[in-house]
Amino acid sequence: MINYILRRILYAVPILIGVNIITFVLFFVVNTPDDMARMHLGMKRVSQEAIIKWKDDRGYNKPILINKEENGIKKITNTIFFENSIKLFIFDFGRSDSGRDIGYDISQRMWPSLAITVPSLLIGLLAYITFGLILAFFRGTYVDISGVVLCVIMMSISGLFYIIGGQYLIGKFLHLVPISGYDTGLNAFKFIILPVLVGLIGGIGASTRWYRTIFLEEMNKDYVRTARAKGLSESSVLYRHVLSNGLIPILTGIVVILPSLFIGSLIVESFFAVPGLGSYTIDAINRQDFAIVRSMVFLGSVLYIIGLILTDISYTFVDPRVRLN
Amino acid sequence: MPIIFITDFLIFLLLFTIVGFYLYARKHEHLSAPWRVVKKRPLAMSSAVVLFLFVTIGLFDSIHFHPSIETNESNKNVYSNEIMSVLDIFLDDLRTKNEKTYSAPLASYSFSKELIEQDNGIQIRDYPRLVYGGVSLNNPESESITDITKRISLGILYGLLISTVIISLIIFVLSKTLQTNYRGALQKCLENKTDTHWYSIFATISIISIIICIVCNLSQNYHVFGTDKVGQDVLYQALKSIRTGLVIGTLTTLVMLPFAIIMGLMAGYFRGWVDDVIQYLYTTLNSIPGVLLIAASILLLQVYISNHADDFNSIEQRADLRLLFLCIILGITSWTGLCRLLRAEALKLREVDYVQAAKAFGVGNFEVMFRHLLPNVMHIVMISIVLDFSGLVLAEAVLSYINIGVDPSMYSWGNMINSARLEMAREPVVWWSLAAAFIFMFILVLAANLFSDAVRDAFDPRLREF
Repeated sequence: MINYILRRILYAVPILIGVNIITFVLFFVVNTPDDMARMHLGMKRVSQEAIIKWKDDRGYNKPILINKEENGIKKITNTIFFENSIKLFIFDFGRSDSGRDIGYDISQRMWPSLAITVPSLLIGLLAYITFGLILAFFRGTYVDISGVVLCVIMMSISGLFYIIGGQYLIGKFLHLVPISGYDTGLNAFKFIILPVLVGLIGGIGASTRWYRTIFLEEMNKDYVRTARAKGLSESSVLYRHVLSNGLIPILTGIVVILPSLFIGSLIVESFFAVPGLGSYTIDAINRQDFAIVRSMVFLGSVLYIIGLILTDISYTFVDPRVRLN
Repeated sequence: MPIIFITDFLIFLLLFTIVGFYLYARKHEHLSAPWRVVKKRPLAMSSAVVLFLFVTIGLFDSIHFHPSIETNESNKNVYSNEIMSVLDIFLDDLRTKNEKTYSAPLASYSFSKELIEQDNGIQIRDYPRLVYGGVSLNNPESESITDITKRISLGILYGLLISTVIISLIIFVLSKTLQTNYRGALQKCLENKTDTHWYSIFATISIISIIICIVCNLSQNYHVFGTDKVGQDVLYQALKSIRTGLVIGTLTTLVMLPFAIIMGLMAGYFRGWVDDVIQYLYTTLNSIPGVLLIAASILLLQVYISNHADDFNSIEQRADLRLLFLCIILGITSWTGLCRLLRAEALKLREVDYVQAAKAFGVGNFEVMFRHLLPNVMHIVMISIVLDFSGLVLAEAVLSYINIGVDPSMYSWGNMINSARLEMAREPVVWWSLAAAFIFMFILVLAANLFSDAVRDAFDPRLREF
């Protein structure tokens, strides 16, 4: 087991190096720091001194890969590639283009993100599994058909509609909760309700339909026929056998996104003005702060790869037939 | 003077590919049999009609030209700098009838109060009459409702007439191919004894033509979806946005298809180090969060454009390049799923007898891949094309919202939503821009979803029993 995990982590290293190289190429080779400086300082008529100063302030004045002026190990370490890309591996994100410590910002802003994503995930899982089971229980009847039709309709509505509609209906029209914003501690509760609710409704269509298919697939298997042949009632077949087996693909499918919960949802956070990592990224995109976007790309990849490893491990826990090796 | 954008070219290339594929599939039973199943599904055929309408509008919007300006010298043609499409000619009324600012749907008065000078010289603050909305009415307060009902009922009448004509034409053609008389063909259609579910097609055609006639009739005197902040007709914007949605939904798949097919087949067929390299490639790309990769790339494109501003002749050309770039980036983030599926399928297929036989006869590796493997994974490719479409159309709106979507100067539902969302805070609410964008997007995506469901059921035998 430990052997396997270690090997998986070793496999992740080349992938992370690949991610690192892609982001490095995107941010420093396709567009040179000179381009970025010009972009930040204004399009035209920027003096060369201003560009050099901008690059000096942010440490972009070094050579890209090899520093010929230095000696020994410094030849490699005193470069943009080492300073800005290699250091990401030890989670040293450096400073953003506006001078703030990115690592500190991330550690502060991940909590509001988690406060939205974790309840969304748990409540959503509970609701979608319930709905999926209900539709599977009534399969082939009008309940099932109308449920599926409703799912397809809800799937076809843009997620932005749920957000804007929810904000208008609950926030502005009914005045139940604030439209957007965030607060510390327990006061955050009233700000969390609306994003969680909107996320829940937005996901109903696709998820319920997906879970229904999973349950129906389980119901066609032999062990269900055996259970029915034993004389078990339909509901106990459903809850005792189908549910527990259907949960395997559902839960293992969710493990992969668990680490990414830290990053939060870009859209929801910026709509509801939650100071999490999602809105942090959006702000950085809008301010064209390349250092932050680069760090978030790397962080996102690391979390995704952790998610992949956790998925493989979780298979062994829920399904003893799966052997790692 | 015609002008061809890169995306225009690609759209028509795609159109020819589809036509070519249709002719190819007709001759091959394993490809045409599932489509016959699709043709019998009523919902699928209804959505096919809706999709056909959207695609037609999109295609008309993809033929661009510089309109000529009339000059005194008769032998010299002068072209304006403006770029128009064929759709603009049809919608000339909507395009040019601009108000000053917001106006509600079907309104005759402006949305905001202004200082109006009355005949006797006294200035009062009131809602001014619109320049084009409700012009034919003398006294809008009392007349507008009767006028609107009259126009709607006339529209229904015209719609019924037009749809009857279209349906009779279709039945006439059908009676020739079925080699019966007109009555016989009609009876077969109504009793669903034909290969295609004509009944649902006719119903959809009737509904669509009624709606189109009502809208046409109303828009002669009103702005059906109101006007936006600068007084432009919202219906016109929504119609122009169709092309953007279709381009994103289809070109993205087209761009990624060659990579996904070649890489997926190679990985599964050759195995060994080729497989390792390709797997490494797609795991790496997949592990970068899609939105962030798109954001990073679009950010870089912006830097490129702002540093090379002189290379672009017009705003439209710049917007078009950005649209194409967005398609490519979306393609890069989404080809991995299909690639993985194809790899798994190729792993299975390479052990099949006919592939082994082909190899034993000395057929080259690439010929085996394209002659024997590719036709047998075509159903997976087709399913993923239709399944991806609706997701991509929805993604466009979200991306435009965070300013990493299409160019702000381009008509798109995402841009409409983005520019209208602050208007929800106004009192009273300006809801029509949002409503128009959401309704158009909803119709397109719903039709695409229903159609893709039918296609998937027909092509994927594993799911057929559900």
